[in-house]
Amino acid sequence: MGLARTDNAAELERFREIQRLCYQCADEVAATLEPGVTERDACRRMRRWLRAHGVDDWLHTPFAWFGDRSAFRGFKVPTQFLPGGTRLEEGMPYILDMAPVKKGYSADIGYGGVLGENRIWERVDADLAAYRTLILALVRERRTFADVYAEVDALIERQGYQNRHAKYPGRVIGHQVGVIGGVLPKGVGFPFGVRFLQTIGRELVKERLEGRSPLWNGAAQSQHPPTPGLWAVEPHIGFRGVGVKFEEILVVTEDDAFWLDDDLPHVHRWARREAAA
Amino acid sequence: MTAATGGGPAPATTARRVRGDGVDLAVYEQGDPSRPTVLLMHGYPDTHAVWDEAAALLAGRFHVVRYDVRGSGASSRPFGREPYALDHLMADLRAVLDAAAPGREVHLVGHDWGSIQAWEAVCTMRDRFASFTSISGPCLDHVGLWTRRMIARPTPGNLRRGAGQVLRSWYIYFFQTPVLPELVWRSGMARPFAKALEIGEGVAPRAGHPARTLPRDGAAGVGLYRANMLERLRGPRDRRTDVPTQVIVPTRDLFVSPHLVDGLAGRVPNLSLRPIAAGHWVPRSHPAVVARWVAEHITGVTGGPLTAAESRGLRRARAVPGRRPFEGSLVVVTGAGSGIGRATALAFAERGAEVIAADLDPATAQRTAELAGLLGPAAHAFQVDVSDQAAMEDFAKSVLHGHGVPDVVVNNAGIGMAGPFLEHTARDWEQVLGVNLWGVVHGSRLFAAQMAERGEGGHIVNTASAAAYTPSRSLPAYATSKAAVLMLSQCLRAELRGKGIGVSAICPGIVDTGITRTSRFVGHGEAGQERSRERAARAYALRGFGPEGVAEQIVAAVRDDRAVVPVTVEARLAHLGSRLSPRLMRLLARVDAG
Repeated sequence: MGLARTDNAAELERFREIQRLCYQCADEVAATLEPGVTERDACRRMRRWLRAHGVDDWLHTPFAWFGDRSAFRGFKVPTQFLPGGTRLEEGMPYILDMAPVKKGYSADIGYGGVLGENRIWERVDADLAAYRTLILALVRERRTFADVYAEVDALIERQGYQNRHAKYPGRVIGHQVGVIGGVLPKGVGFPFGVRFLQTIGRELVKERLEGRSPLWNGAAQSQHPPTPGLWAVEPHIGFRGVGVKFEEILVVTEDDAFWLDDDLPHVHRWARREAAA
Repeated sequence: MTAATGGGPAPATTARRVRGDGVDLAVYEQGDPSRPTVLLMHGYPDTHAVWDEAAALLAGRFHVVRYDVRGSGASSRPFGREPYALDHLMADLRAVLDAAAPGREVHLVGHDWGSIQAWEAVCTMRDRFASFTSISGPCLDHVGLWTRRMIARPTPGNLRRGAGQVLRSWYIYFFQTPVLPELVWRSGMARPFAKALEIGEGVAPRAGHPARTLPRDGAAGVGLYRANMLERLRGPRDRRTDVPTQVIVPTRDLFVSPHLVDGLAGRVPNLSLRPIAAGHWVPRSHPAVVARWVAEHITGVTGGPLTAAESRGLRRARAVPGRRPFEGSLVVVTGAGSGIGRATALAFAERGAEVIAADLDPATAQRTAELAGLLGPAAHAFQVDVSDQAAMEDFAKSVLHGHGVPDVVVNNAGIGMAGPFLEHTARDWEQVLGVNLWGVVHGSRLFAAQMAERGEGGHIVNTASAAAYTPSRSLPAYATSKAAVLMLSQCLRAELRGKGIGVSAICPGIVDTGITRTSRFVGHGEAGQERSRERAARAYALRGFGPEGVAEQIVAAVRDDRAVVPVTVEARLAHLGSRLSPRLMRLLARVDAG
């Protein structure tokens, strides 16, 4: 058992609360975005909002990617992920990504949006919905994580998009989250929280001994059936200069899996679009 | 007096004389006078007859008026220099307009000196013209300003373009010398001139052109150069017009540099450019294209009904700031459902092209069309098996009737096959050659025929492979098929050059696409097949060169009309190796990579 007890309804509720808090923050900060706002501005707003709502530590400090940076265009070195001076313009896609810890309970979310109208974004976002269904179905079939990764890649290929999560550290499409503790100081992180690094480091070693990994990618370490626990799943697809992702917690149990929460902005957005079509 | 032009069904030509500015002008009219009037102005040393073919084509829809400019054909030939100044020529033009189309705006078309006069007319008598088509005759004031610009910024490119026009103007200097030009024209220059026209321009003599009056026309018309050239080039005036103007730009013009249109849009806000791979006498060498473009331009200006192909043609020609380079082009891509084909379709769509995505798998073609539609104009999907002759013929016909003649065709569909030659069955060979070679043959054959028939040029891109010049024991069938594609492309390029159709062969090298996962590895069981596929896919993914890089090169190959394009580093090295040391390449071929 990893970082959280998936059979404990009360504990799951705590995670659901912090995830909802993140999405509330994303919704409220997104509503303040307007032409001229920089990525740094947006990240500062997220940080302040979360701190004001009781967040005391980070898996990683908030990220924001504007314009073609949402598709990681031209990203070569890790520092390019850090928020920069890119200013938001009309029609630009953006992604907000935050992973706060509150009293030990953590969540990690990704929130895609666009300022005004963008046909390409609309299309990519509509196509992103399929990944939520696909990943859940494959995990329920208890296909290996590496297999799921490959199936996601195949869908990206068919759709004619680019796999952007392969740009993340470790090429991960997901990673475990859970209760974060330890002796290291809270609230320190650039961009990853030191307590999170300590936890994930410990898990890397522990899971390695079992032939598994707390990181989910397409490599040999992921050739194992889904590990029970909480997984922040973050498929990120891109087309030309437009990147869209979602990130939310998938609860994997011994023999089943479900999304921690279905009452999320992107789920509603896709349902609305589906209904309108 | 009535005279029919040739024996065809063309409307009869009526001739009459109009009193111009102190001269008598021979004016010729065809077609229904109640229709919109098109005035065709000939150049030097021609007469109205240079337009015979184009006029006959236009006369079905328009009231076509021509006249012999003073000094040529059946019009008066005043003596000396001064009577040929533009002021007098403009007075002549006004007289013809008053007689043939009183009180109406006409559509003006000029070639060579006819176009020089027409520029003067649309810049000084704006209200008399509804549209203007210029062919190989720039506004002299624009040339003067253009020259100054080239001199003011003597970059290597500007100097080269300037020198190009200086060299093309050799005869103009000669015409400034006294008496000698007249003597040359009078002393039997007519025959060599006709010969030169035939050899240099591919324009065979026919009744009326070159005219029987050529020695006299040539001698008298020298006055045009003497009266106007130096004056306008020395002191260019600021000439502008808002008459909707289309400039037909022959890219192989021996007398007028195609670069003279650079910067024209600043003075002519409503400008279209129609490049054509042709020489100076386009009205003779490509009368159908000229007539079509004139009619399209007029229809576009007057808001008449246009077919999809026509309105696309007008969009392609339109010179507006921020125009995407393939705006208004129709691009056909086969094998467009995945890999290089899909990336190519998207790259063209991103540059404004209307894409036709064809693939064996209709769902993937549809998907490519959808994505292309997000980047550019609405695209279309077709299902076609390129190895099937009948299917390809149907496909070509559907494209032609539904969308028009494509401007670019990318014969990209291909399949992979690896393994020892002795394990390849005859069926394997048929399959590889069917798609990789016959697909290209059909695509090139059918669409090149359409392009040639249309006469406006185009480009064919064939996806070959680095395997085309890299022998390998592991790829006997595949490499053979691709070598054939490379050779075919080069043969075709030589043949189609004269028609203004470019042909490029693309040799990508190791590119991370789905081809590895669909390739056949002969001589393996099912399990071995899968293993080989996986291994190849991993190796290709590790190389990490995506299809987008190839697509960029394909776009560049079309833009710059490149013959053979090795794309990746390994493809370039192998290309170099195949030329420097074929023996080394044969040695390497022994390595078993299967």
